[in-house]
Amino acid sequence: MCTVCGCGTLPIEGHHHDAGSHGHSHGGGLDHDHHHHGHDHHSDDHDHRDVAHDPHHAEDGSVHRSDGIAGVHVPGMSQERIIQVEREILSKNDAYASENRRYFLRQGIFALNFVSSPGSGKTSLLVRTIRELKDRVTINVIEGDQQTSSDAARIRETGARAIQINTGKGCHLDAHMVGHAVEDLAPEPGSALFIENVGNLVCPAAFDLGEAHKVVVLSVTEGEDKPLKYPDMFAAADLMILNKADLLPHLDFNVELCITNALRVNPRLQTVIVSARTGEGMETFYAWLEAAALRGATRSKEV
Amino acid sequence: MHEMSLMESVIDIVCETARLNGARRIRSVRLDVGVLSHVDPDALLFCYEAVRHGTLAGRAKLEINRIAGEGWCLDCGKTVALQERFGACPDCGRHRVQMTAGDELKIRDMEVI
Repeated sequence: MCTVCGCGTLPIEGHHHDAGSHGHSHGGGLDHDHHHHGHDHHSDDHDHRDVAHDPHHAEDGSVHRSDGIAGVHVPGMSQERIIQVEREILSKNDAYASENRRYFLRQGIFALNFVSSPGSGKTSLLVRTIRELKDRVTINVIEGDQQTSSDAARIRETGARAIQINTGKGCHLDAHMVGHAVEDLAPEPGSALFIENVGNLVCPAAFDLGEAHKVVVLSVTEGEDKPLKYPDMFAAADLMILNKADLLPHLDFNVELCITNALRVNPRLQTVIVSARTGEGMETFYAWLEAAALRGATRSKEV
Repeated sequence: MHEMSLMESVIDIVCETARLNGARRIRSVRLDVGVLSHVDPDALLFCYEAVRHGTLAGRAKLEINRIAGEGWCLDCGKTVALQERFGACPDCGRHRVQMTAGDELKIRDMEVI
C-alpha cells in the first residue's frame, strides 16, 4: 500500500501492476511525482520498500527490484534508520525571531509588526502616526512588499528612515529578512520600529519577527466577518485597529459585531477605531502605543 | 503560500540533521500537522516537490501525519473534539474551549541511509 494515499499498489516482485505508472494527484491541484512503477525494476524514483533490510540496495541508492524482497512500507519505517527529529517546522524562524527580540530589548527598541490585507490603509496609518509623533519619538520603518519601493518612499517623505524589503514571490516577512533589514537600518536605541508586513491576512500570522506586538489593521470596508474567516491573524495580534472609520456612515458595517467576532478568536484582543485620513481616534492609538512601549521598556530594564 | 517557506525550513532541518548523523541520503520524512494548524497539507506536498531537488532529501518520501483537533471545554470540564479553530464545544455549544491538540507543525522523525 502506498502510505501517502493508501492506494493498493503493492510493489510485489514479478507482479505487473496494470497501472504501471499512474501519476495521481492528492487534490488541491497538486501535481507531484507519485508513480508506482510496476514494470520498472530499476526504479530509483520513489519506492515504498524497506531498504535497510534490503541486501540488494545499490551504491547509487537505486533499488534493484528484480531480486529484492516484496517489502511493503506500512506505515512505519525501519527502526535502525530512524532519526527522531522532534523539531518545530518554524524553529529556524523562531530562532531568528528570538535573536531579533533580544536585540530590540537590549537596545530598548519598541518593535511592532503591522499586518493586514492589502489596501487596509497600513501605510497611511503609519504616515500619519509618524508625522504626529515626530517630536515625541524617533520612528523607523521596515516596509515589506512583493514588489516596488513606493511604500518606503511614502514613509521617507515624512522624514523618517525606511527600508524596503521586496519579498518577490514571498507572501510574508520572516525573522531572517527582518534581522538583515535591522542591521542595515541600525535603529537608534530607544526608538520605535514599525514593520509593515506584506498585505496578506493569512501567512504573516505564522511568522514571529521578534516584535513586541502584532497589530492587525482591518478597514471597515472589508466586512465584520473577517476575524472569523481569517482567525489566525486575529488570534496572533494584540491590537486590532479598525481603520477608515470616516466611511462608517456610508456602510452597513457593524462595529459591535466585528469586535465580538474578533474577541471570539482572541479574548485578549484590544481594539481602537480610527481614520488615518481624518485623524479621528488616532489619539487613542497613540495612547496605546505609549502604554505598550512603557511596558516594553520596563521589561527591557529587567533583562 | 507560506507553505513554501515551511517546506524550505523542513528541508534545511532534515538535511542538517542527516549530515550531523552521517547519513548519505534521506529516505523519508514524517511530519505532524494538526488539522487546526494554519497550513494546507496538499500545499505542503506540492511545495515539497519544488524544494527537495538537489538536496540529501532529493528522493525522500514525505509523510504527513494529521493530528485531530481537541480542546478543553471550561464549562463542561472535559476534553472535547474540535472541528475548527476557535470552534464551539460540541456538547454545550459555548466557545470557552481552549485548544489542546491539532495545532501541531512539527518534524517528527526521518529515515536515512
